[in-house]
Amino acid sequence: MEKTIYFDHAATTPVRPEVLEAMLPFFTEKFGNPSTIYSYGRESKKYIEDARDKVAKALGAQSKEIFFTGSGTEADNWAIKGVAYANRKKGNHIITTSIEHHAVLHTCNFLEKEGFEVTYLPVDKDGLVDPEQVREAIKPETILISVMFANNEIGTIQPISEIGKIAKEKGIIFHTDAVQAVGSVNVNVEELNVDLLSLSAHKFYGPKGVGALYIRRGTKITSFMHGGAQERGKRASTENVPGIVGLGKAIELATANIEGNAKYVKRLRDRIIDEVLNTIPYVRLNGHREKRLPGNINFSFEFIEGESLLLLLDMKGIAASSGSACTSGSLDPSHVLLAIGLPHEIAHGSLRITLGPDNTDEEVDYFLSVLPEIVGRLREMSPLYEAVKNKNKSKK
Amino acid sequence: MYSQKVMDHFMNPRNMGEIEDADGVGLVGNPKCGDIMKMYLKIENDVIVDAKFKTFGCGAAVATSSISTEMIKGKTIEEALKITNEAVAEALDGLPPQKMHCSNLAEEAIKAAIEDYRKRKGITGNNQNSFESCQGCCKKCEDVHDDFHEEE
Ligand SMILES: Cc1ncc(COP(=O)(O)O)c(C=O)c1O
Repeated sequence: MEKTIYFDHAATTPVRPEVLEAMLPFFTEKFGNPSTIYSYGRESKKYIEDARDKVAKALGAQSKEIFFTGSGTEADNWAIKGVAYANRKKGNHIITTSIEHHAVLHTCNFLEKEGFEVTYLPVDKDGLVDPEQVREAIKPETILISVMFANNEIGTIQPISEIGKIAKEKGIIFHTDAVQAVGSVNVNVEELNVDLLSLSAHKFYGPKGVGALYIRRGTKITSFMHGGAQERGKRASTENVPGIVGLGKAIELATANIEGNAKYVKRLRDRIIDEVLNTIPYVRLNGHREKRLPGNINFSFEFIEGESLLLLLDMKGIAASSGSACTSGSLDPSHVLLAIGLPHEIAHGSLRITLGPDNTDEEVDYFLSVLPEIVGRLREMSPLYEAVKNKNKSKK
Repeated sequence: MYSQKVMDHFMNPRNMGEIEDADGVGLVGNPKCGDIMKMYLKIENDVIVDAKFKTFGCGAAVATSSISTEMIKGKTIEEALKITNEAVAEALDGLPPQKMHCSNLAEEAIKAAIEDYRKRKGITGNNQNSFESCQGCCKKCEDVHDDFHEEE
């Protein structure tokens, strides 16, 4: 088989060589525990603070507002449970959306069992949340609003700044899961009016298993891990020094050329979107055409099923993803595709392609050259397509 | 995830297509759940002389359709009705647990096509009960397989 074409950057990204290089000494010669007082340990502490500064700079925050976590999932869990428990006396109502990542949705489901009330706002056909609906959902008991910055499946970018303004006006804590956005588009906590923001290193060419939560000064939130004094006692446990150093280096590199990269990736994205919509019948683009992540493409091909599509693409060396039930491990297709109003059978035929700055025009050419045949082949096999073909025949 | 045999049947499906003058056609599954199988049978003197399929579904659904057409060709109706989902899965060198419901679909498609044949002939089948195991969305089947796994 030819070389693999990696079109699944929303799932994860490779660690950049510069990032790996920055991390390596912290496994061996610089292994000291940052909490110790001898120079070994003190030195690693310095590197952690350096990484914290880099994250703060990338987000337009203060270093004291950045807390390292074990992942994006952990940052989401902390933000939501932490605010819920710390503000329980004030109220028990949380507002979120129906298209959040499971790290947010399942945390909210858990809190419902703990006696909290959660409103899951709907989205429109493009996956957008209406800020006015957020306003209308606010009650005296509302203690937290959590709306993701950009969706991991359909790439739609939410009006976070506007929602943040409403939250601020009403004095409600506002969290955004920016795991898919950080490193791809500009993220500034002041412009966004957010109090809490989650990010994860492996989405922007950093290592897996390390993330961060931005917590605006003065936000009422409980500690996530109880133990030692690490992360100012809010997230105890000996720091993942190599991971944190890697996150710092990765966010620095990603933000250094964020606009150039976004422009490059967007051009590749638009080539694929335009060509596929123009040449393959019975296909739709999921997510907003403009307000979407520069690297995200999500199609639904009618009459075919996503996993079959992924298997055939894999045989051609192309790695992509789908929201079909068969790939989600459950029997329902993606909750995001259902939330934007797709019928089940069309949601099953989805294909997500997520590009990164390491993709090339040649890869796009190759993908565009093999896709029509793959779609055609699966449609020939599909009894649903047969029905449509016969109907068209009888019309003629 | 899939055995080589599954991948072979998925990549090179046997007997894919339609039989225009089929004697029995079975359509099972539900587009909502992401799989539909249509089975066409040509039957002479109670022997299945030809079988073809069309399937909308995942790799396992296509592979089970393909192999089950091979398994029933040349068999009598009675023999074909005895083919179980386990036998279909086994012939493919196994299926991942979460894909076992796809093999149910193949068993049901065979039964539905034979039922259709019998109906056309004015023979009432004695296999109605076999359809009750799955009603469209296979949530139920998944539960069964979960139990099955706990026993292991
Ligand atoms: C939007 C979103 N939130 C949270 C996560 C979870 O991040 P992590 O894999 O670091 O736990 C992901 C990644 O899958 C994501 O896309």
